[in-house]
Amino acid sequence: MDLFEYQARDLFEKHGVPVLAGAVATTAEEALAAASKMGGRVVVKAQVKVGGRGKAGGVKVAENADEARDKAAAILGMDIKGHTVHQVMIAQAAPIDSEYYLAILLDRSNRTFLVMASVAGGMDIEEVAKTAPEKLAKVPVSAVDGISLAKAKEIVAQAAFPADVADQVADVLVKLWETFSSEDATLVEVNPLVKTSDGKVVALDGKVTLDENAEFRQPGHEALVDHSATNPLEALAKEKGLNYVKLEGQVGIIGNGAGLVMSTLDVVAYAGEKFGGMRPANFLDIGGGASAQVMADGLSIILGDNDVKSVFVNVFGGITACDAVANGIVAALETLGATATKPIVVRLDGNNVEEGRAILNAANHPLVEQLDTMDGAASRAAELAAK
Amino acid sequence: MAIFINEASKVIVQGMTGSEGTKHTRRMLASGTAVVGGVTPGKGGQSVDIDGHSLPVFNTVAEAMAATGANTSVVFVPPKFAKAAVIDAVDAKMPLVVVITEGIPVHDSAFFYTYAQEKGTTQIIGPNCPGLISPGKSNVGIIPANITGAGPIGLVSKSGTLTYQMMYELRDIGFSTAVGIGGDPVIGTTHIDCLRAFQDDPETTAIVMIGEIGGDAEERAAAFIAEYVTKPVVGYVAGFTAPEGKTMGHAGAIVSGSSGTAIAKKDALEAAGVKVGQTPSETARFMRAILGR
Repeated sequence: MDLFEYQARDLFEKHGVPVLAGAVATTAEEALAAASKMGGRVVVKAQVKVGGRGKAGGVKVAENADEARDKAAAILGMDIKGHTVHQVMIAQAAPIDSEYYLAILLDRSNRTFLVMASVAGGMDIEEVAKTAPEKLAKVPVSAVDGISLAKAKEIVAQAAFPADVADQVADVLVKLWETFSSEDATLVEVNPLVKTSDGKVVALDGKVTLDENAEFRQPGHEALVDHSATNPLEALAKEKGLNYVKLEGQVGIIGNGAGLVMSTLDVVAYAGEKFGGMRPANFLDIGGGASAQVMADGLSIILGDNDVKSVFVNVFGGITACDAVANGIVAALETLGATATKPIVVRLDGNNVEEGRAILNAANHPLVEQLDTMDGAASRAAELAAK
Repeated sequence: MAIFINEASKVIVQGMTGSEGTKHTRRMLASGTAVVGGVTPGKGGQSVDIDGHSLPVFNTVAEAMAATGANTSVVFVPPKFAKAAVIDAVDAKMPLVVVITEGIPVHDSAFFYTYAQEKGTTQIIGPNCPGLISPGKSNVGIIPANITGAGPIGLVSKSGTLTYQMMYELRDIGFSTAVGIGGDPVIGTTHIDCLRAFQDDPETTAIVMIGEIGGDAEERAAAFIAEYVTKPVVGYVAGFTAPEGKTMGHAGAIVSGSSGTAIAKKDALEAAGVKVGQTPSETARFMRAILGR
């Protein structure tokens, strides 16, 4: 889960990373109130989870509270690369002397954590990595040892931070590690980390990504979820404990196992090329327990998607038995009754497949059609969607 | 031969007394695996009766190894306790630890992976994986044993159900070993580790490699194939239609910006001489053509 800048700022503050005053506002009046309270110059910053908002006009300096209100009014509602601005952060302005870059992230390739540090901050760090890689220090961090003060000093020296800020930056790095490890983050990034004209090192902008697998021990993280951005069908699926992602196509997909479902989406997209470009409408993994209830929940979410023209149920019975899946489909259709109106192509294979197919044949539901192979069933589902 | 597990594998189940642990212990026993005991902290001294087998329960992996001679552990404990369970196994110098548990925080898996590397005596497979099977010899994890039997194909996959699908497609030919390495961002055994083992295994004559979006493991595997693997390899990659920035079921299955895409993985594999199928069935057909069956 990616956080908004103001949420990252709050987490930094919680863990002792130096930040400036900041407050979030959803209306121009709230922006006025926040800026009045802060006093002096402030920066009004669009809160969107996408880069390049400065260039898009989403970050403006305001000399006083009235100006902050006007700038907030202009920024709220803006569209930045497809993201609508619903909130702005009012941040205390600071005279900047130098800009740096500091991040800790999960390095998947090397199965370790990684610090990236640069004295060339403030710009796109991928650009720095490309054009001036010598200015970007990359230092692996052991998941067992973490970042002690001594390790932080080593990294700061390696990245060639100037002597007058080295100790402060090392201290920030230790606190960023605390943020990273105690919040179960996979990314904490400060860009820029600045030296103000009075010599203080402060995190001016931040990005944090949190590990959703750690929800069970991070009770505070639920409050950070941006429900406004969640697709309503995705929200409903989450409530039902289903793993669902809404996509743009016309063929609803239900399958078991993340890999098989991903593969099903691809196979439907290939098959769909022959039928006017039919595409998968969603990702839905019902996992190992394909009970009647799970199948009913899954089908009702997919049939509730107006974009869906046909449904493809693709199950390989490993541990799951195909007869249980077939019973699930039959029971789900009974539950849904007249609300189920779209054709459903079913491909069952694996554990108890004969029993499963027999159950569906016996039920003889007018919407259900069975095919033996995944490729054949994908093609038929795409064809039905195109009708 | 086969890789990683065989007739000599003696298996303990960490979390055997839990419902998933008991269910899959029964399945492993039924498929002929030598399950010799279980570990549940606080329940040492008890025993569990499963289908006529009385399996002793120990408090720690070290005790279980001393009493049973186990050389393989399979972990079914919930995410909350998985880190402690794996560390227990690593501390006991358990040679192979297969972590089935899904939903382990990546800080925990990064920790136990690093910890195991530092100790140098434990190979971890998973987490978030179906385990592995050397048909007819040993079955450690949750892969159904009745899909197919022993044969010349080695299979390595990030996905459980795609492993089953591929085993089913090629069920008349059979497999030396099928390894599900797991769909998490940090896993203990990679495609490369399996490719190396299959290359060195005289019972394996050809290899199927299944990948999916996220990370660069497939690209690295492609480079390794070009350099080391002389046996024929066919491939499959899932996730061409996955949108950027969305996690597709597996915690590790996410395209971030322009990295981790299916097309980049397919291109890298093809550049290394791997035939990559557009669907699992096409990949299976490539394998048939190679084996002439």
